[in-house]
Amino acid sequence: MMDQVLIAIVLLISIYMLGSSRLGGLVNAVAWQGLFLCLLAASVQKTNMPWHEWVLILLAIVVKALILPLLLKRALRETLVQREVEPQLGYSLSLFIGLLLLVGSIWTVWKLPLPPEIGNPMAVAIALFTLMVGLLLIVARTKAITQTIGYLTMENGIYVLGLTLAVGSPVVIEMGILLDVFVGVLVMGIMIFNINREFDHINTRHFTALKD
Amino acid sequence: MIFTLFSAPFVSGLLSFVIKRDKVRRALLAFTALAHLLLVSLVSSGPQTVSGWIGADALSQLFLFITSLLFLASSIYTIGYLSSHSQSESQDKRFSREAGFTGCLILFLSMMTLAIISQHISLFWVAIEATTLLSAPLICFQSSARSLEASWKYLLICSVGIAIALIGNIAMAVTCSFGEALKTFPMTFNELARHADLLQKDWLKIAFVFMLIGYGTKMGLAPMHTWLPDAHSESPSSVSALLSGALLNCAFLGILRTNIILNKAGLGDFSAKLLIFFGAASLLMASWFIVQQKDFKRLLAYSSIEHMGILAVAAGAGVNTYFGGMLHAVNHSLTKGMLFMVAGNILNIYKTKSSSDVRGLIRRAPLTGFLWIAGFLSICGVPPFGTFVSEITILTGLGRQHQWLILSLMLASLGVIFVGMSRIVIFMVYGESPLSDEEKGGQRIDYWTILPPLSLFVMILILGLWIPAPLKGLLDQATMILRGY
Amino acid sequence: MPLISLLTALILAPFLRSIINKVKAFFAGKQGPPLLQPYYDLYKLSRKGAVYSSVTSWVFRAGPVVALGTSVTALILMPTARISSLFQFQGDLLLFAYILGLGRFFTIAAAMDTGSSFEGMGASREALYSALAEPGLLLGLGGLGLITRSISLSAMYGGINVDFVLSRGLLPAFLFILVAFFIILLAENSRIPVDDPTTHLELTMIHEVMILDHCGVDLAMIEYAGALKIWLMGLLITGLIVPVFTTSLRGSLALSIVSLFLMAMLIGIIESIMARLKLIRIPRLMAVAFIFAAFWVIWVAG
Repeated sequence: MMDQVLIAIVLLISIYMLGSSRLGGLVNAVAWQGLFLCLLAASVQKTNMPWHEWVLILLAIVVKALILPLLLKRALRETLVQREVEPQLGYSLSLFIGLLLLVGSIWTVWKLPLPPEIGNPMAVAIALFTLMVGLLLIVARTKAITQTIGYLTMENGIYVLGLTLAVGSPVVIEMGILLDVFVGVLVMGIMIFNINREFDHINTRHFTALKD
Repeated sequence: MIFTLFSAPFVSGLLSFVIKRDKVRRALLAFTALAHLLLVSLVSSGPQTVSGWIGADALSQLFLFITSLLFLASSIYTIGYLSSHSQSESQDKRFSREAGFTGCLILFLSMMTLAIISQHISLFWVAIEATTLLSAPLICFQSSARSLEASWKYLLICSVGIAIALIGNIAMAVTCSFGEALKTFPMTFNELARHADLLQKDWLKIAFVFMLIGYGTKMGLAPMHTWLPDAHSESPSSVSALLSGALLNCAFLGILRTNIILNKAGLGDFSAKLLIFFGAASLLMASWFIVQQKDFKRLLAYSSIEHMGILAVAAGAGVNTYFGGMLHAVNHSLTKGMLFMVAGNILNIYKTKSSSDVRGLIRRAPLTGFLWIAGFLSICGVPPFGTFVSEITILTGLGRQHQWLILSLMLASLGVIFVGMSRIVIFMVYGESPLSDEEKGGQRIDYWTILPPLSLFVMILILGLWIPAPLKGLLDQATMILRGY
Repeated sequence: MPLISLLTALILAPFLRSIINKVKAFFAGKQGPPLLQPYYDLYKLSRKGAVYSSVTSWVFRAGPVVALGTSVTALILMPTARISSLFQFQGDLLLFAYILGLGRFFTIAAAMDTGSSFEGMGASREALYSALAEPGLLLGLGGLGLITRSISLSAMYGGINVDFVLSRGLLPAFLFILVAFFIILLAENSRIPVDDPTTHLELTMIHEVMILDHCGVDLAMIEYAGALKIWLMGLLITGLIVPVFTTSLRGSLALSIVSLFLMAMLIGIIESIMARLKLIRIPRLMAVAFIFAAFWVIWVAG
């Protein structure tokens, strides 16, 4: 029951991310998404998790739902960008593509031979769906900060995909992956400042100097 | 021993963030590069059996040598670059910028080393992602609008690509969750290859596809190459040399090691088809863009895509091309490193990247002009350079495998690229110089920036005539590993 | 029992409007009209004669009659929670959807018949938004048919019970479909945030502008049909909730009425605290309704 509710919440958040036109809302959404995806991953584990995995999940929640969103909020505030998302694809179209992606993810998970100890195949599908939504955000939105949020969404999806497929790397390496994501968003954030200073905006649609 | 290989540069990289004096920091850079080369030689004289998460087998040692040599050359070049550029700018702001640049450069070396020696698939991933994050600041060192654009594209495209590789890692882990026997062993390339026939085949295919696309993005295989020309043309030339000569190889190593697992699992045909497809796509894409290129640094970038395509083909075509492929990786790295450094010197003289504005190079700066044309001949695989040997080895290998289609495709694109590049390069070197006579004089030769490409040039010339016995041994062993022994 | 529930609907439907108005008045700090005001209005209007413009044809006169007729027919097809409808057969959900469509078609046609540009504009908007609402409604009902293995409204709504919702883990999915149906209800009945029934500017009207030229008995029929439609759409929603709490027929009827009243209060609250959406954003709202309905179907199927 618990995981069903969590899946519903994650679905709602993804839909909000695709249909929302506000940058601030998008940052909040990615924070909540990180939190609920981690909770979902924890709730579908069949076997009792060893304590260090709990610590890892807690750490992931702190990084993905707290620190990184705060960082993005700061970037948003300091760069004084217009608070609108500026989509490449319209919102309604993004929503429908999102729906197709959901159907596609569920279909994929049905088709795949899943390992026997997987708790809830639906959770795997949702992780896959989140990943795709992240990719869609990167492709369909033009602002640098939206693309960063897309990247973070994608990483959220992958993280939970790993957890729900019941494959765990050693703790040190999991920490390394988390650190990479953290530094990645950090570097992107710093670069957003620089781009804003240099171009007076952070819209990548105007990145046209380099092409063949 | 093996730990110091990446932890020593790591420490010295962190150190150079806090060093205040430029001279000391530059000395540290050179010292780190030298020490790294020494350590690499020490490690490769040691035993080659690998167990655990990190270790240097022959394959690692080969790539370590390439990376270390190139880094040494590039760090000396960087010192020249930094000292000539710091004079022209104000002192107060540059101060920390240069520290950041040097620090990231050394950390970049550390992470490339970690990627090369890591045997664990996830550790490899962590290291490769770290190289992306550390090299993005290097690209936008000049902080112009163009370099920021290039660096953003690089960061975003490669991060997404490597995220896709992480899905591949997860899929690889899932391949082991179907049998009780497999649950406990560490996810290292070696262990996976040893138990390859027990792995779940569908998931193994998925894993390979995702890893090929993910690391292929980083390696610059078409059609995921779009970041590469931008990043290579906008970054400082020493960084371009490292990106092209060392970083692309690291990503390639991941694909190679995964390919071994696939071969062992009896899915060699599947992986070969994909590798050859992406390799051929890169060759075609590169020859198309080289012919109409107007920017000589982008020209070199597209040439890198071409050579990555050749490497992918060599990795895919099978047992007869492995040796040539490995040799080609060495030759390409050294040649491309040299070419990018020379391109940096040309840029420094003419202040433009447009090849049509560069004329009469051989009279303006004879040594640079000579190196430029020699490098061009080498990169196109003209004897007596090492690239000729490796390309001919790959081509004959393809012939022995009866891969006639890809063989003719490769020959055709090599021909097109040779013609396309020679049109550009010859006009740059000869032709009427647009500058007046007094500008021509007074060109002081900067030894910091001319010696590294010169020494690389000597190396590729030697490699064309004679492969030293230790290198031959290393190449043979690497080939054995690739064949799965 | 089906007859009783039908009569209840016919009698109590206008009362939903007075509840909405009372809640809105409460939020505005006003007294509000008396609870029976809709009935007074209907009585007053039905005693008046109608004035017809000389440019209108029989279509204009047919509009209100068809609107009322289709609403009543749809109500006959619609079960009240576990109480099956007066008339049912396999596949009646399609008839239900098309009957509603027929009513809307005639309302739109009657509005166009006047030749007024304002009414034409309202008609085009109504056509667009109802077209966007329709797929969500059908998809949602289709999903319900999928889990109850039936395509008759009465069987579908009769098949829901507490085990069904809880033991099959359908609770979140039920929330999706409830929200989707509620958005569709707001759109179909021209309530805020899709349309503002109390607006005074023709330019911003959707539904109200279409019926500007109707008066007297015609207007009474349209208003009554509108009231029935809220009841009808409300039953789509309450029919999903009520069977979870009771299985007896009498209980169903009582609970349905109570929950419909509660829903009217909810509409009143929404109308008090929300502004109308920009016209350009309404399609996105309808897309959300459709996607929620699609989630429900995916959940049910998967």
